[in-house]
Amino acid sequence: MAVAPLPETDAGGPITPERGRGLSREWRSFWSNPLAIAGISLLGFLILLSFVGPVIYHTNPESTNLLDTFAAPTAAHLLGTDALGRDELARLMLGGQLSLEVGFAAGILSVILGTLYGLVAGLAGGWLDAILMRIVDILFALPGLYILLLVDSIFSPSAILLVVVISVLSWLGTARLVRAEVLTLKQREFVHAARSLGSGTWRLMMRHLLPNVMGVVMVTATFSVGSAILTVAGLSFLGLGLPPPTPNWGGMLADGTNYIFQNAWWLIYPPGLAIVAAELGVNFLGDALRASFDPRLREGRA
Amino acid sequence: MSVQVAPALGHDETALVQVRDLVKHFPIRGSLSFRAHAWVRAVDGVSFDIRKGETFGLVGESGCGKTTTGRVLLRLEEPTSGDVLFEGKSVTQASRHELRLLRREMQIIFQDPYGSLNPRMNVGNIVGEPLEIHNIASGADKTRRVEKLLEVVGLAKRHIDRYPHEFSGGQRQRIGIARALALNPKLIVCDEPVSALDVSIQSQVLNLLEDLQQEFNLTYLVIAHGLNVVKHISDRVGVMYLGKMVEVADGDDLFDHPQHPYTEALLSAIPIPDPTARRERIVLQGDVPSPVNPPPGCRFHTRCPYAFDLCRTEEPPLVDLGGGHWAACHLRKPGMQVATRA
Repeated sequence: MAVAPLPETDAGGPITPERGRGLSREWRSFWSNPLAIAGISLLGFLILLSFVGPVIYHTNPESTNLLDTFAAPTAAHLLGTDALGRDELARLMLGGQLSLEVGFAAGILSVILGTLYGLVAGLAGGWLDAILMRIVDILFALPGLYILLLVDSIFSPSAILLVVVISVLSWLGTARLVRAEVLTLKQREFVHAARSLGSGTWRLMMRHLLPNVMGVVMVTATFSVGSAILTVAGLSFLGLGLPPPTPNWGGMLADGTNYIFQNAWWLIYPPGLAIVAAELGVNFLGDALRASFDPRLREGRA
Repeated sequence: MSVQVAPALGHDETALVQVRDLVKHFPIRGSLSFRAHAWVRAVDGVSFDIRKGETFGLVGESGCGKTTTGRVLLRLEEPTSGDVLFEGKSVTQASRHELRLLRREMQIIFQDPYGSLNPRMNVGNIVGEPLEIHNIASGADKTRRVEKLLEVVGLAKRHIDRYPHEFSGGQRQRIGIARALALNPKLIVCDEPVSALDVSIQSQVLNLLEDLQQEFNLTYLVIAHGLNVVKHISDRVGVMYLGKMVEVADGDDLFDHPQHPYTEALLSAIPIPDPTARRERIVLQGDVPSPVNPPPGCRFHTRCPYAFDLCRTEEPPLVDLGGGHWAACHLRKPGMQVATRA
């Protein structure tokens, strides 16, 4: 039942790769970006250090030794010891686990919240969209840090509480971004096509809109993780993060600055550099993802 | 005088699609309030029939409401008023469930072969999606049917797991056609099906559409701004201007004996592929008035070379000039089929 054969130029002919929006092309441009490699290396190093490090470096990060405080780095303690004689490197590893876990969990949870919210608002349109986005405007006006401090001082801080509060305070930007993206996608003909085929709202969201906003979502996700790590570190630095003895980079940095006159540089540089490395890694990664996946930047490169 | 907007146009109860007094106004809203302070009268009382098995061409300048007509007809937009009957059943009143069933019968092919395919889905999923939505086939059965559809539109089986960006414009349009065919519809609305394609590819796609029409007994509504395309494949043609239907006639009749001054002007703009041929070119003065604030009386009077007083105050009804040739012009009276304009 095939129709008459058609000239090779158009039908069935060799497929010519051209400027397009397919997966492979974007990932190819991502992997050839030196920023991507730098970001992945930095984050990979920190993740290995925190999660694989303790397997190799068997030193209890919580055992104190008051006879061996403020020891400079030696073979026994590669990064020296702190005011209680605890091994700094072991604490850096354990602290890294917590900082990264909380940062990633809060960042990703906030992006999931924001993406769902933005999808619903953008797809619904009309007055529902207007109400949802005014709520976002109002929440944007609230000073997040003060709410964090307030919640932290009312409830006893725990990792879960931190994750929940940080993500609840930081999904707004993602929601705006995803909504804007959905508004433009909604006018694309393939969405009209899907509707004319009879696809329901759920299918429209999951099969047509979500996959097409994933590029933008991935970019914001990396930046959200970065800012969540920084928030946890910042709170801990102010003494409002997680209570001792659990170490984390922000708290360790705060401790270290107390002994700045002891010249204990090994208590300041390692946690400080770890935070900087995590931020740089996440931002490099985000920039590289954006260069490959953001439709606006992509046009320029094509 | 109340305007008779051709309720009896064709009076053809056997028509596949009957469009009756269709109106679609889009609100223009302020930034702060939701109350519309003006309306774009995209479609303002349009009636026509599409007969079973025919190709009905709908032409007009951009912004005349032809695309909106097509989209309201498929209920991709809700009409402001008026009705569309598909095989005698109302599309505009259909419940969710009825609409879902109707969707199987009416499909659409879009202008932009780049925008009409989801870049994140491969061809198998794009063409197979309608089968999944309507629980017709899945898994191996779906693959088999999709392969068959690809062959029908002149693509190869092996294209099934490629992504849209790997194809040329003409090939993508074929993918869109395969998707529209998947549910075995009776009506396909072709919204500018070839205007985004290279000229060399246009005729291939038009020929494909004609072949498919014969093979699957399809009815087409072809929306186009260029008369060439419509002339090539239409049995009957409707001409729209500023949200109104100004002339409806059999294709040949319309092209040989246009009755509305607007159609006449449109036709004179088609280039003749003969350097020695001479034709008086009617160049319309001025721009199309805004559909937010259309001129009173005949909407074309601001640009019509023949306009007189009546045209400025009273809207001409669409009347049958005889032989199924309808026009909305005060210079034309019912029953008078004029062979050529003086």
